[in-house]
Amino acid sequence: MSRDAALPDASALLEVRDLRKSYGDNVVLRDIDLTVQPHDVICLIGSSGSGKSTLLRCLNLLEEIDDGVISFAGREISDPRIDRREVRRHIGMVFQSYNLFPHLTVLDNCTLAPRRVHGVPKAEAEERARDLLARFGLADQAEKHPDRMSGGQQQRAALVRALCTRPTLLLLDEITAALDPELVGEVLTIVRELAEQGTTMILATHEMAFARDIATTVCFLDEGRILEHGPPAEILSSPREERTRRFLARVLPQT
Amino acid sequence: MIPEQTDGEDAWRPSSRELERRDVRRSLRRRSLAVATVATVVFFVAVWVVTVSSPGWPTVEATFFSGHDARAAMPSIWHAFWRYNVLLFLLGEALILVLAMVVALVRQSRTPLLLPLRIVAIVYTDLFRGIPTILLVFMLAFGMPALNLQGITNSLFFWGLVALVLSYGAYVAEVIRSGIESVHPSQIASADALGLTRFQAMRYVVVPQGVRRVIPPLLNDFVSLQKDTALVGAAGLFDAMFAARDYANFYFNFTPYTVVAGYFIVLTIPLARLTDHLQHRAMERERQGAR
Ligand SMILES: Nc1ncnc2c1ncn2[C@@H]1O[C@H](COP(=O)(O)OP(=O)(O)O)[C@@H](O)[C@H]1O
Ligand SMILES: [Mg+2]
Repeated sequence: MSRDAALPDASALLEVRDLRKSYGDNVVLRDIDLTVQPHDVICLIGSSGSGKSTLLRCLNLLEEIDDGVISFAGREISDPRIDRREVRRHIGMVFQSYNLFPHLTVLDNCTLAPRRVHGVPKAEAEERARDLLARFGLADQAEKHPDRMSGGQQQRAALVRALCTRPTLLLLDEITAALDPELVGEVLTIVRELAEQGTTMILATHEMAFARDIATTVCFLDEGRILEHGPPAEILSSPREERTRRFLARVLPQT
Repeated sequence: MIPEQTDGEDAWRPSSRELERRDVRRSLRRRSLAVATVATVVFFVAVWVVTVSSPGWPTVEATFFSGHDARAAMPSIWHAFWRYNVLLFLLGEALILVLAMVVALVRQSRTPLLLPLRIVAIVYTDLFRGIPTILLVFMLAFGMPALNLQGITNSLFFWGLVALVLSYGAYVAEVIRSGIESVHPSQIASADALGLTRFQAMRYVVVPQGVRRVIPPLLNDFVSLQKDTALVGAAGLFDAMFAARDYANFYFNFTPYTVVAGYFIVLTIPLARLTDHLQHRAMERERQGAR
């Protein structure tokens, strides 16, 4: 993409080398190498259980890794001495299962971190949250509690919550999986808009059309390895690996 | 300390960076252990010094911590403790759980037929939570035998047990009910959707989740019950407390009370640790990300 061409030697925002993660004897991620330049949109694809969620959780330091190095903005964040909270101030994450706080209204969900972590004054935080909620079609939901909304609305609210802290890197774990089909396009537009504003994203997804549309790089994960990666046109249309082909045949029955 | 892991296909050896990181983690752990140890030692030494250097300490030590009196009073207290207090609370806990579960289920049932029972359950919890336990013990232990009813026992142990069960049953019922009500309605919807009856939904889905959530407060109530078995001693049952009073009044030394306190503490700690352990294990099994 032209954006990448404009930033050929910009130092990477996120760099992962030889990442390994296991739960007991079960090695969930191995030999993961990943470079994310500013403005990149990386799509992680792969069958369920291939390690997409775990990889995202490792990047956000929610999991302690077993080997390898993760650097963010030129600093190694896999160092045990690092202040995890400081790192997470700059990384937003949206989970597969929304994980909104059920005891807070949507607006309070969205202003909690800006106010308590980032020290944004209440009025400003609320204005920012209401703006984003309106853009996501949730203007009239601000005072509601999450449990009273549909799954799609909850996921959009979760996205707004992550965006309210203005993260430099956004991690999205299958955020469209729970959206109503008619809303997927709407969110896609917003996500693309965010990318153009300079938000770097890594997202796990099962929506191949979505990946083809917005990804700068697609990574195919298989049994904890990045089996192949490249521009979406290449990976999704003419993959090198047999396993990738078989996976795509399953999720893209028409091709 | 360095695990030589091999996982079949790729013989993985930790990189030098990882080994370095493990050293850092280890030293961070060591440091926090050191901080914890120093803080603990300083705190307890300070408490000890302040206590022992207080002017009245020698008197207190002689009246409450006399080794001779402790040894002399121990056998009779020990006997009374097992014979009455332990039996009281073991029986009591079993009966209380049954009573409280029934009351809790009745209270949150919405079946029209059960309305009269619901009213009874509500009145029961309101009433018996309001009466001080010691009053209830006295009323039943002295009042029931005084009625001179045919075929009703005069046993102090029996009426003491009944009083404790009634009093604690009301508390525990409310704790269990709060647990049941904290289970998300979607769980009942899922059970309904699977075709379970309302009772089955309660029995297999809601109650197991609800009860697990309230295990810590339940344990709290049971620890409290264990201590309150001493109230039956106040009504004249020759329990550990009574035995201690007996000795204390005779020899003018309060050490037996310290001994009783020790017994109660020793009894509750293993129970608390066991529940913690069970709770922790269930959490790790069921929840990702729980540590
Ligand atoms: N907390 C955990 N404890 C043990 N195993 C886990 C845990 N989280 C994930 N796993 C395992 O890691 C593997 C990858 O899971 P995940 O990252 O959720 O895959 P994906 O998101 O691609 O579906 C699975 O086999 C899963 O069972
Ligand atoms: Mg996942």
